[in-house]
Amino acid sequence: MRRVAVVGAGMTKFIHRALETPKELSWLAAKAALDSAEMKLDQVDCVVEGTAPDAFDGVHMNGEYLSDGCGAWKKPYLRCYVGGGTGVYALAQGWFHIASGLFDTALVVCEEKMSTCLPHPQAAFLTIFDNITEQPLKPNLLWIFALEMNRYMSVHGYSVEDIAKVSVKNKRNALGHPSAQLGAELTVKDVLASEIMAWPVHRLMVSPTSDGAAAVLLASEEVAKRVTNKPVWVQGVGWCLDSAYWTNRDLYYPDYVEKAAWMAYRMAGIREPRKEINLAEPYDPFAYKELHHLEGLQLAPKGQAPRLLADGVFDRDGDLPTCPSGGLLGVGNPIAAAGMMKLCELFWQLRGEAGPRQVPGRPRRGVAQAWGDLMQVGTVVVMGVN
Amino acid sequence: MAGQPTNVRGTPVRSADLKKGRVFTTTYVPRIQYAWDTGQAIGRYLEELKNGRLIARRCNNCQRIMIPPRMFCERCFGPTHAWVVVKDTGTVNTFSLSYVSWDVRRLKKPEIPAVIEIDGASKGMGILHVLGNVSPKAVRIGMKVRAVWKPAQQRTGSITDIAYFEPIKGKAPAAKRTAKKPFKAKAKKSKSRKRR
Repeated sequence: MRRVAVVGAGMTKFIHRALETPKELSWLAAKAALDSAEMKLDQVDCVVEGTAPDAFDGVHMNGEYLSDGCGAWKKPYLRCYVGGGTGVYALAQGWFHIASGLFDTALVVCEEKMSTCLPHPQAAFLTIFDNITEQPLKPNLLWIFALEMNRYMSVHGYSVEDIAKVSVKNKRNALGHPSAQLGAELTVKDVLASEIMAWPVHRLMVSPTSDGAAAVLLASEEVAKRVTNKPVWVQGVGWCLDSAYWTNRDLYYPDYVEKAAWMAYRMAGIREPRKEINLAEPYDPFAYKELHHLEGLQLAPKGQAPRLLADGVFDRDGDLPTCPSGGLLGVGNPIAAAGMMKLCELFWQLRGEAGPRQVPGRPRRGVAQAWGDLMQVGTVVVMGVN
Repeated sequence: MAGQPTNVRGTPVRSADLKKGRVFTTTYVPRIQYAWDTGQAIGRYLEELKNGRLIARRCNNCQRIMIPPRMFCERCFGPTHAWVVVKDTGTVNTFSLSYVSWDVRRLKKPEIPAVIEIDGASKGMGILHVLGNVSPKAVRIGMKVRAVWKPAQQRTGSITDIAYFEPIKGKAPAAKRTAKKPFKAKAKKSKSRKRR
């Protein structure tokens, strides 16, 4: 397999409702990624697109609709989709194209416009539950997160307060992000005082619905070395799905994230993740999810992530900064674009270009992860400077 | 240095802009209907719900009794082997108190969704349902519950033929309740990787 580098990245603002159409948002992000690498569309061999359920836009075959905005005119083009895991998985999809030797460059664009769906995009989530045995109970997407969070807290003996610290950290980190929708200086008390949506989930522990897009440009080693002196290498990719019978599993631990992580780590030659990874962008659509995923990613022992968080290990200046971007809780959560935003963040952090968000100590390797479908998919990408 | 990303674009639309028609929108209300075939396993599951009982499928190869039932085992990938009538009682594996409906209306009285591990099925085999006839404050993980069935003539062959699950009185929760005291942070930030 050939080595693959990220050579450019770009994104839009993440906002509650954007005037721009999904196509226009895609174009803004894709163009920004190309511009950052000082490359033109005719230097792009193929295009990969990631976007989540068609139900948000109400546009069937959304991938085809978006293609022009992604720069796919008369190019090999492929949409990929694994629910919330799409944004990180899309880079793996682009990686195949180049690692296989088929192409030298790939533009990977992720877009989501959730605001279109009325009265609230939440209602579109009803149809992800089992159509016959679960939908008649009128489930709410918050349910599964609340059920999983309660199980996680209960098995390990943590309180809502322990979890709330994730919201405080990520929303504070987001203050340094120019695209952020919900950067804020908050206290644990503020988080606990916010409305209870579905106990134990409070409003400030939930990422917002957002409109936005993010993109990266991938290149083969030969092209990468020609176009930049700071390529960031894709060292490993991994993904894994657990059973859709989600009520038959113990939700306290994401086995599928562990499997996906080890797939990526093996490829990257990582044996001891906690010693060999300098920063992480775990998927944080809900506050507890970051901790849950850090354990799945082997970056905290099972049940220990809340303790490490309280010790400051995951702060921007801690031993292992997590979500230095501000994460989904702070920057926003346009589903597929949010995962891609995490990869953009690794790119900027590893190049030392993250400005006020820059983690100290010249990080050499980072991991990003996303999650989705019916509590069942983990997607992981490891990137590094060599 | 400002830091990447620079020059980010995207134009916010405010609710007032929408309400007052300052931006153009067009609307679409899809009208589509589906008739989902229930298949063999779930067809029987629904039939038995109408009869007021829960039924599972056993995989002899994996020694698992699975609910909801399925005609093939997703682990060994062979056919499942037999129907097993299981109990309509179980244990709360996890729960939530939801103050938001599926279409994001606010609720004064919370819905109490729960994963309930069904007695007679393999350990950990739960189904999604709701709890009722219980004070939200009294719900615990580990609580023993039983199905409250709708009257026979009102059942339609749906998971909602069980109105809700209610606590079985006199059966104390098996598990201790969630810790309420937050974990206390160490006074100093850990500086060394070795401490982990």
